[in-house]
Amino acid sequence: MFGKIKSGLTKTREGVFSKINRLVTGKRKIDEELLEELEELLISGDVGVETSIHILDNIRTRVKKEKYQTSEELDSLILDEVKRLLDFDPLNLPPTKPCVILVVGVNGTGKTTSIAKLTNYYKKQGKTVLLAAADTFRAAAIEQLVTWGERLDTDVIKHHANSDPAAVVFDACSAALSRKTDVLIIDTAGRLHTKVNLMSELEKIYRIIQRQIPDAPHETILVIDAGNGQNAINQAKEFIKASKANSIFLTKLDGTAKGGVVLGIKRELGIPVRYIGVGEKADDMELFDPVEFVEGLFEKK
Amino acid sequence: MLEDLTGKLESVLRNLRGYGKLTEKNIAESLKEIRKALLEADVNYKVVKDFIQSVQDRSVGENVLKSVTPGQMIVKIVNDELIKLLGTSTTQLKSAGIPPSIIMITGLQGSGKTTFCAKLASFLQSRGRKPLLAALDVYRPAAIQQLRVLGESLKVPVYDEGIGDPVKIGFNAVSDARRKLCDTVILDTAGRLHIDEQMMRELVNVKNRVRPHEILFVADGMTGQDAVNTAKEFAEKLDYDGVVLTKMDGDTRGGAALSIRAVTGKPIKFIGTGEKADAIEQFHPDRMASRILGMGDVVSLVEKAQSSYDEEKAQKLEERLRRNEFTLEDFYDQLQQIKKMGSLESILGMIPGIGNQIRNAKVDPKAFTRTEAIINSMTLQERQQPSVLNGSRRKRIASGSGTRVQDVNQLIKQYDQMKKMIKQLKGKSLKGMRGMPFMA
Repeated sequence: MFGKIKSGLTKTREGVFSKINRLVTGKRKIDEELLEELEELLISGDVGVETSIHILDNIRTRVKKEKYQTSEELDSLILDEVKRLLDFDPLNLPPTKPCVILVVGVNGTGKTTSIAKLTNYYKKQGKTVLLAAADTFRAAAIEQLVTWGERLDTDVIKHHANSDPAAVVFDACSAALSRKTDVLIIDTAGRLHTKVNLMSELEKIYRIIQRQIPDAPHETILVIDAGNGQNAINQAKEFIKASKANSIFLTKLDGTAKGGVVLGIKRELGIPVRYIGVGEKADDMELFDPVEFVEGLFEKK
Repeated sequence: MLEDLTGKLESVLRNLRGYGKLTEKNIAESLKEIRKALLEADVNYKVVKDFIQSVQDRSVGENVLKSVTPGQMIVKIVNDELIKLLGTSTTQLKSAGIPPSIIMITGLQGSGKTTFCAKLASFLQSRGRKPLLAALDVYRPAAIQQLRVLGESLKVPVYDEGIGDPVKIGFNAVSDARRKLCDTVILDTAGRLHIDEQMMRELVNVKNRVRPHEILFVADGMTGQDAVNTAKEFAEKLDYDGVVLTKMDGDTRGGAALSIRAVTGKPIKFIGTGEKADAIEQFHPDRMASRILGMGDVVSLVEKAQSSYDEEKAQKLEERLRRNEFTLEDFYDQLQQIKKMGSLESILGMIPGIGNQIRNAKVDPKAFTRTEAIINSMTLQERQQPSVLNGSRRKRIASGSGTRVQDVNQLIKQYDQMKKMIKQLKGKSLKGMRGMPFMA
């Protein structure tokens, strides 16, 4: 399983960070020119101007203070800085049942596929999972989740298309409580974070969950497309406001997109990446490990 | 749309305009700011580099520094270069000599292909064409179902064979279109990564066998630096004819639009601006450039106003305005007209100069509904003669419309202000205002 993730990530590794490798292995002194090249690489990986400057500033200070000189030493410096940015505390899931996971995001990031992967992940741990089809808006979204439910042998709580998503959530919470399900995963409709009415609909969904199960949702996962640029920071800001998003599921890392924007999200808003998606099948998911991730990115071939 | 980028460039350029004399240092600093604004807007790093270079090359020339208004000159150079980047003319869809015309829609997963297919069908329908949708996405669960539902809601026929060979489905869809006398076939293909060689080969096969007249590449408007890689790869494999940018109704700065055009040279043909079937706009590069530079997009605004404008009503209104008889009923009518034009944000974004202040204030679409509810809760007499609205009437209206008395008061205040404004305008030509609700 791990091998597959690695191969999915290879593309990422071949991008910015292997270029950094090449950049820093040539015998060069650490000078402004080198740092500028580094900035170019960071920005090309969607890390963003502000965050790149932040990383470079830290590196500059440390180069001065700790008297680094050759470009080889820069390698470990970058690794260190990026790793530090990505560090996070593990999420403790509650001892009580059910554990409620709310999945949110803009349109087309891969929420439903990610849910299939999460379902597969929890089922493999021997847990019972229930899905809620609260995307009642997009044509055939319910059918899409039901198809996954059948493939993964998991029940789906659903209403008709265009019904009130809050009602689906209400029923799903009741069902999870009475069935004593371990994990309830709620699929919501994709919504642009700028649509006031859709964001208040999400707030309502959040309130309904809270009313049914007081300390829920235990995790709100924001699904972000690795291809997204700096706009993902705005997305995260609004979804944190409306639904207290506290995890990121970074999808489509099997392409050439680098998803560097998660560095900016972590730095500005503090929510970490916990899961990554690297394919279209239910087991194409890996828990995000910053140390492994960064080391993988810098791995020399 | 593109609002953040616009805002940033506007402020940089405003500073430049202010200088009587420019030094090379002024220019360098401004260019640095412009560079940052473009990068933050997700324009590709290399594209930005080239852009800044060419603006710089043209700016340091003696002509600019010695000109009377060097600031203005730079603004003009930036504008020119921006238009050059975006392309200069609007590009239409190609069509076949003998129908049906075949349009193939491609792109990454989640870029919005299926939704765009429906929008394109609705766009063609409104122009008197008869489209047929074909479901070639046999991979994603329920994708075919999604197209069927969308087709049904638009009353557009959908051809599918369930799970099968996309090449065959495409081929058969064309024959089906001939049978049903449809003049356009829209092929909805499955989302795929540009590096997935097997899936890319499938697209090439569809292209070779079905021979579409037009291939469109759909890209998410929020895409970052990677936009260039995917657009280039698809262009190399498929040599598509045009680009569609979706999800442009969010607050994305839309740098992908600039990058894709610059790197592939392919024109952007449409942008998607919402989830409903009519949320599709043809792309006008020159208008977009002036929108980015904060000069507004008056042409699109007028077109929008015209398409939703009711000549007879406007004439009646004009007469009444002349007699200073603007009532709450007229106010209500004007609201309806604006609503027909589309979302308030998109309209405001097109007005020159206004953009910047309103841009950050979020417009609550519910405010419209509230205003409507309040007016609907009034009696006929109250609407025609708002002066009768005393405290108890206002209280009744508030509870009738589910609002607060403050909301009712606010509406009446707004109405009074408008009335005053109209009075001032009297004597000036009212003709120019026609069909331009609220543009007084």
